[in-house]
Amino acid sequence: MYRYLLRRFAFILLTLFLASLIIFTATQFLPGDVAQIILGQFATETAVENLREELGLNRPLHIQYLNWAGGFIRGDWGTSLVSRTPVRPIVLERLGNSAMLAVMALLIYVPLGIVLGVIAALKRDKLPDQLISGVSMAFVGLPEFVSGLLLIAFLAIGLTWFPANSSINPDTTFREAFPYLVLPAITVSLTGLGYITRMTRSGTIDVLRMDYVRAADLKGLPAWQVLIRHVLRNSLLPTVTVVAMGIGWLLGGLIVTETVYGYPGLGRLIVYGIQRQDLPLIQASSMIIVAIYTFSNLAADVLYGLLNPRIRVGE
Amino acid sequence: MEDGKNMIRQAGVSPFSKLQPVFRRLLRYPMTLIGFAIVFFFIFIAVFGPTMAPYQYTEQNLPNKLQPPSEEYVFGTDQFGRDIFSRVIVGSRDVLMVAGSGTAMAVFFGMLLGLISGYRGGWFDEVIMRLMDVILSIPPLLLAMVILFSLGPSRLNVIIVVGFLYIPMVARVVRSVVLDLKTRQFVEAARLRGEGSFYILFREILPNIMPHLAVEASMRFSYSIFLVASLGFLGLGVQPPSPDWGLMVGEARTWFYQARWVLFFPAGAIALLVVGVGFMSDGLRRMLLPGGVSNE
Repeated sequence: MYRYLLRRFAFILLTLFLASLIIFTATQFLPGDVAQIILGQFATETAVENLREELGLNRPLHIQYLNWAGGFIRGDWGTSLVSRTPVRPIVLERLGNSAMLAVMALLIYVPLGIVLGVIAALKRDKLPDQLISGVSMAFVGLPEFVSGLLLIAFLAIGLTWFPANSSINPDTTFREAFPYLVLPAITVSLTGLGYITRMTRSGTIDVLRMDYVRAADLKGLPAWQVLIRHVLRNSLLPTVTVVAMGIGWLLGGLIVTETVYGYPGLGRLIVYGIQRQDLPLIQASSMIIVAIYTFSNLAADVLYGLLNPRIRVGE
Repeated sequence: MEDGKNMIRQAGVSPFSKLQPVFRRLLRYPMTLIGFAIVFFFIFIAVFGPTMAPYQYTEQNLPNKLQPPSEEYVFGTDQFGRDIFSRVIVGSRDVLMVAGSGTAMAVFFGMLLGLISGYRGGWFDEVIMRLMDVILSIPPLLLAMVILFSLGPSRLNVIIVVGFLYIPMVARVVRSVVLDLKTRQFVEAARLRGEGSFYILFREILPNIMPHLAVEASMRFSYSIFLVASLGFLGLGVQPPSPDWGLMVGEARTWFYQARWVLFFPAGAIALLVVGVGFMSDGLRRMLLPGGVSNE
C-alpha cells in the first residue's frame, strides 16, 4: 500500500509539473505583449521596455518558467495585471466560495442519486428504471448553462422563489450567501446526479446477481435487511469513487455554472481572467484547480482500496 | 474441435453481421429509438435545413429586433432583428460539424494509440498511458479554455482542442479491449499462421473492437457537444456572427428579461440534441455490448 501511495504521489508530481508546463506555455502565446497589454496601446516605447524589464519578460523562457513555478511553490503567486494586487488572497477567497457551492451541491445530489440508483436497480428494466435512467441520462449531458438558465426562468423569474443572480460580495458569509447558493447548487447537482445514479444502479445490479444475496434472501431475511446489510455495503463502492472524483470534477463544472449566475467563485475568476488577459490570475487559478482535481482522483483511488480489501494493491 | 470452430467463427465474422438480435434489443428500449430519431432529425436539418431556412442567418433587420414568435418569424427575432429560426437551423450544421469532427479526430487517434499501446506493451505502452493519464487529470473544460486562450478562438481550433482532449479516453478503452483480445486464440492462430503485426492489429483485432469503438464514439460525441456548447457560451469557442447555439445562448442572456425566446430556442435545441445523443449512446451500449462492459 505504501509503495502504491508513493508511486501515485510521484505521478501526481509529474502531472502537476506537466500541467504547469502546459499552463505556462499556453499563456505565452498571447496576441500581443504583456507589457503592452498592461500599459495600453498609447504607452511610449521606453515605458513598455521598462515594464518588460521589471516583469522579467526579457529573460529566456525557461528562466521565466522556473521563476514562476518557484514562486508558486513558495506561495508567491504573482500580482494581478488588472487589479495590481497579489493574486493569492483573491484566488483563495474565491476557492472558499467555490467550496461552499460544491459542498452544498454534494449534499443535494449524493444522497438523492444513491436513492434513485437503488430504486432503478431494484426495478430493473421496468418503468421506474426506464424513467430514472432516461431522465438522469438527459441531465448528465445537459450543459450547465442550459439547465441553469431554465431554472432561472422558472424558479427565479417565474415563481420568484430564489434570486436570479448570485453575484454577491466575495466575502459574504455562508448564512448570508445561502439563498444565492440554492439555484447554482441545484444546477451543478443536475449533472452530478446522473453520474451517481448510474454508478449506484450498475453497482447494485452487479451485487444483486451474487450468490450471497440469494442466500440472504433464501434464509428469510426481510428485503430491507438484505438490501442494507448485504447489497448496499458492496454496491456503493463504485459510488464512493465517483463522489471523491466528483469533487475535482465539480470545480471544473463550476466554471460554467458560476458564470451563469455571476457567483464569485474560482470558475468565474478564471473566465474573468481570460477575458481580461490577466495572466497571473489565469495561471494561479488553473494550477489550483488542477491540483485539487489530481488530489481528489488520488483520494478516490485510495478510498476505493481501503473500502474494498479484495482489490487492495499488492506488493 | 469445438475450440477450432469457435476460433474460425470469431476470426471470420465481424460482430456487426449478427444484427438480428441487436435490433431485437433495440426495440425493447423505446428510449433508444427516441434517441436515434432525434439524432437523425438533427442530421437531416443540418444537411437540408440551410436551404429551407426562410432568412439568411446573418440578415439584420433592426426595426424588427426582439420580435416575439409570429407567423413571419417562427422563433422570433434577436437583438439585431435576425430570424432565430433560421439561425437555429443553420447552427445545427455548426454544432454537428464541430463536435462531429472533433469526435472523429479523437476516435481515430485514440484508436491508433490504444491499438498500438495495448498490442506492443512494454515501455511504449507505459509512456503513452502515463501521458494520457496526465491529460485526463486536468479538467477538460479548463484545459480547453487555456489552450483556446493561446491558440485564439476559431472553429478549426475548437475542433482541434476537442479532438485532442478526448484522445486519452478513447485510447484507454481501446487499449483495455486489446489487452483482453490479444491473448485470445484467434489472435494466437493468426500469429502462428505467420501474419504480421499490422495484419493482426487491423484485420483480426480491430473488427472485434468495433462495437466498443461505436459506443465510445457516441459517448464522446455527447461530451463534445457539451464542451463545444459550453465554450461557445463562455465566448471562447466559435465567434460571432456564427449561429453557434452556445454562443447564441450566451449573447441572449442580456435580453433575457425582455425577450425569453431569444434564449429558449437555441437552449432548447442544445437540450434536445444532447438528450437524443445520450439516449442513442446508451442504447448503442445496450445493443452492442449486452455483457455490460462499462465504458465509463
